Amino acid sequence: MATIIVEVMLKPEILDPQGQAVAAALPRLGFTFAKAVRQGKRFEIEVDGLPTQEQLADIERAAETLLSNPVIETYVVKVEA
Amino acid sequence: MRIGVVTFPGSLDDSSALRAIRIAGGTPVPLFHASDDLKEVEAVVLPGGFSYGDYLRCGAISRFAPIMSSIIIAAEHGFPVLGICNGFQILCESHLLPGALTRNQGLHFVCTDQALTVENNSTLWTAGYTKGQRLVIPIKNGEGSFQASAETLAELESEGRVVLRYADKNPNGSKNDIAGITNARGNVVGVMPHPEQAIESLTGPSEDGLTFFTSVLHSLVGR
Repeated sequence: MATIIVEVMLKPEILDPQGQAVAAALPRLGFTFAKAVRQGKRFEIEVDGLPTQEQLADIERAAETLLSNPVIETYVVKVEA
Repeated sequence: MRIGVVTFPGSLDDSSALRAIRIAGGTPVPLFHASDDLKEVEAVVLPGGFSYGDYLRCGAISRFAPIMSSIIIAAEHGFPVLGICNGFQILCESHLLPGALTRNQGLHFVCTDQALTVENNSTLWTAGYTKGQRLVIPIKNGEGSFQASAETLAELESEGRVVLRYADKNPNGSKNDIAGITNARGNVVGVMPHPEQAIESLTGPSEDGLTFFTSVLHSLVGR
């Protein structure tokens, strides 16, 4: 069994108020290391065995049509065995 | 004149939209997300709410509802569609309108009576307004910040496709103060404010919203 990871992030030019709120909260807890924070989403998709090229192509299409909105977001697909 | 309102799981303002259509003089027709039957309506409203709990992204899952496949095909052929709030988000996710609605700047859910300016009165849904007319219509959303690429914004502005703009103050960080846009043809309109909640002075801050519904009824009669 493998897990396909799809990570979705807002494009850099899109305002991320949630990330900004986290960045503002960190120093309140004494964490002063963060210059900026961006918040994203991570999908873990379990498949039987290692994914085939065909399945990976399907995942790419799913990432582009449903898991992310290409107008505001980018995505990265990874496989963890 | 039959105008449909789609109920998705999590729609909130469907009954208000049906009521607005009735008060405007149309025949309101409830439509259901799980059917692709448009029941011979001549226009459709996608109402506000939190369809599918806003899971994944607002409107992202509703876009794939059976009724939406019928609406997308019809809209591409000039069928009038109005998306209000969550309906606007669904229209953007469906690519019937460009851009996207993202989390409000400041993260607050904003619920207030909002001043607006009518920028485009040539759409099927805004023909009854005058250009530059000032309206007060409620907004109530957490993800109403309109975002689009610089090219898309330039295209919307140069083609006069901004329908409504926030006046006095921008409540959510929307680019260019955009509160509503249309497609090139003017049959598909998406707005974040809720015209169906500004129909009668008893229950709303104004009657400014009613003209959306009377406009489309008049447009349809003229066809």
